[in-house]
Amino acid sequence: MSKTLFDKVWDKHVVRKIEGGPDVLFIDRHLIHEVTSPVAFLGLKSRGATVLYPNRTFATADHNTPTINQHLPVSDPLSANQLKALETNSAEYGISHWGLGHQKNGIVHVVGPEYGITQPGSTIVCGDSHTSTHGAFGAIAFGIGTSEVEMVLAAQCIMQQKPKSMRINITGSLGYGVTPKDVALFIISKLTTSGATGYFVEYAGEVFEKMTMEGRMTVCNLSIEMGARGGMIAPDQTTYDYVQGREFSPKGEAWDKAMAYWQTLKTDADAAFDKEYTFDGSEIEPMITYGTNPGMGMGISNAIPDAEQVEGGVATYEKSLNYMGFHEGESMIGKPVDYVFVGSCTNGRIEDFRAFASVVKGKKKADNVTAWLVPGSHIVEAQIKEEGILDILTEAGFTLRQPGCSACLAMNDDKVPAGKYAVSTSNRNFEGRQGPGARTMLASPLVAAAAAVTGKVTDPRTLLQETVEA
Amino acid sequence: MAYDKFNILTSTAVPLPIENVDTDQIIPARFLKATERVGFGDNLFRDWRYNPDNTPKADFVLNDPTYSGKILVGGKNFGSGSSREHAAWAVYDYGFRCVVSSFFADIFKNNCLNIGVLPVQVSAEFLQKIYAAIFADPSTQLEVNLPEQTITLLPTGEKESFDISVYKKDNMMNGFDDIDYLQNMKAEIQEFATQLPL
Repeated sequence: MSKTLFDKVWDKHVVRKIEGGPDVLFIDRHLIHEVTSPVAFLGLKSRGATVLYPNRTFATADHNTPTINQHLPVSDPLSANQLKALETNSAEYGISHWGLGHQKNGIVHVVGPEYGITQPGSTIVCGDSHTSTHGAFGAIAFGIGTSEVEMVLAAQCIMQQKPKSMRINITGSLGYGVTPKDVALFIISKLTTSGATGYFVEYAGEVFEKMTMEGRMTVCNLSIEMGARGGMIAPDQTTYDYVQGREFSPKGEAWDKAMAYWQTLKTDADAAFDKEYTFDGSEIEPMITYGTNPGMGMGISNAIPDAEQVEGGVATYEKSLNYMGFHEGESMIGKPVDYVFVGSCTNGRIEDFRAFASVVKGKKKADNVTAWLVPGSHIVEAQIKEEGILDILTEAGFTLRQPGCSACLAMNDDKVPAGKYAVSTSNRNFEGRQGPGARTMLASPLVAAAAAVTGKVTDPRTLLQETVEA
Repeated sequence: MAYDKFNILTSTAVPLPIENVDTDQIIPARFLKATERVGFGDNLFRDWRYNPDNTPKADFVLNDPTYSGKILVGGKNFGSGSSREHAAWAVYDYGFRCVVSSFFADIFKNNCLNIGVLPVQVSAEFLQKIYAAIFADPSTQLEVNLPEQTITLLPTGEKESFDISVYKKDNMMNGFDDIDYLQNMKAEIQEFATQLPL
């Protein structure tokens, strides 16, 4: 029987099928962080259970960590307590722990791939919905709750109903100034924030074939924002080149064996999907969101739609625009911007900082903008320095912070004040996501850069053009 | 963690007719810093429920004494966003045992089932009937019957059936959890692991 990429990986990991219930799915790699794991360890202790495969779990601290002065003690006692719990629990059960200050510390979905923990054809879970990021490698990767974290610790398995299948094809190529983030925000704007709930997505077509691993990670990362548990892209030479030589990647004979498996990971030509969409890549513009969920996005040159044009209740739509202080029919171009955030598991990789630098080079940060530039890991931080990007940023009046989730979810001190507007490269524009009362516009690093130097929402293509002409 | 067994729940309900209620509204990230599962109910819908100075917002339904009960009735796509189980804990800890909606986000639904909150998915039409009944008479009782897999508006007897897997239903009716099940198949799991590529 013909199978999809997803079927092939899923079926290989089913330990048992429960009649009238979920599949028992074996998990190859488990990532944990300080926020969603402490209660799982408590549960484990209270049942007198232990960790079945400590070498399959990796711990890093990211959600709570400060992004300046990481050498100093964490000042918030609650955050410090969670970080300590992760350290203590990891030590007690023999789990690798990359805590604050460790050279490998960083955002869980950035460091996993960087160290070769993420591999094609594997199953990966983490108590974080953006675990979908790792699908970029042709892995089945998805977010889980704390009870499930406990399950994986205790038994290296979770119970899951096999989701339905969806394929999203983007044909052709992307226009000037259009990035993987725009592709993802475009798809979500078409499908809505719940359009892929119950599905696991495969991204296919020329646009993804040509995309770098960093770009593929950005797209897969945002799969959850249309409700999909995860998204994946078939591994190819780009994938193998990225994985090879990393610390936890297979070596020697094991590499050859792995490659033999990875090369089978393609959807069969006649495999059927429960749902399929095809879009033309050339129709995608730089995107920006205007509302309070990631489905409320549009091409940056468009006008905010009328309530009647969007799916869903008018009352919910109006509540959302009221929160943002925006109105139907308005253009986003020229809207004032107070904060700019570049970072997160969505856009905290080297390419994102290269893109940001390409716009701000030779310009100055706008006086009205507070900018937080937060690399996803120490590797990204080092690359920024080595490639001379830091010099460009410094020259333009920006400073670089230290790795962590930062303003994406405002668990540390990087909070956008109530009523202020932020252009953010992160993944969620929910009410209060970046701080109580904060108003978030999601966009690509290019759009963020354009906002950072002009102090308002600006189409980055106009600035890139200036750079080219200059 | 053990939870109360679920059989038949008869209760009034709290209406929250907003769509796409995300987990950052159910429990904002700044309240996820605990290392134990206690007190999350106090921060359920924190920023919709309280002003920045911690005084209650009178117009939010949880602060309106007209409405109470063990059933929360939410709009379409309830629980979207983050995987934080804290959202389900907050719902449970506040005193809700059942959430009714016309559509649930995947992870939130799973989390609820794992901790003893029953997610009941009804049709959009039935959801509207429930809202209309509660708004007309806040003392309206709903019956959620897990063995029969039905939800009934008691005053009129209008009912709809809902889906739940046989396995999860059995778990909820007995207060079992998945970890007990998995612990009992450890040998099978270890054997399985030996033939995996990674």
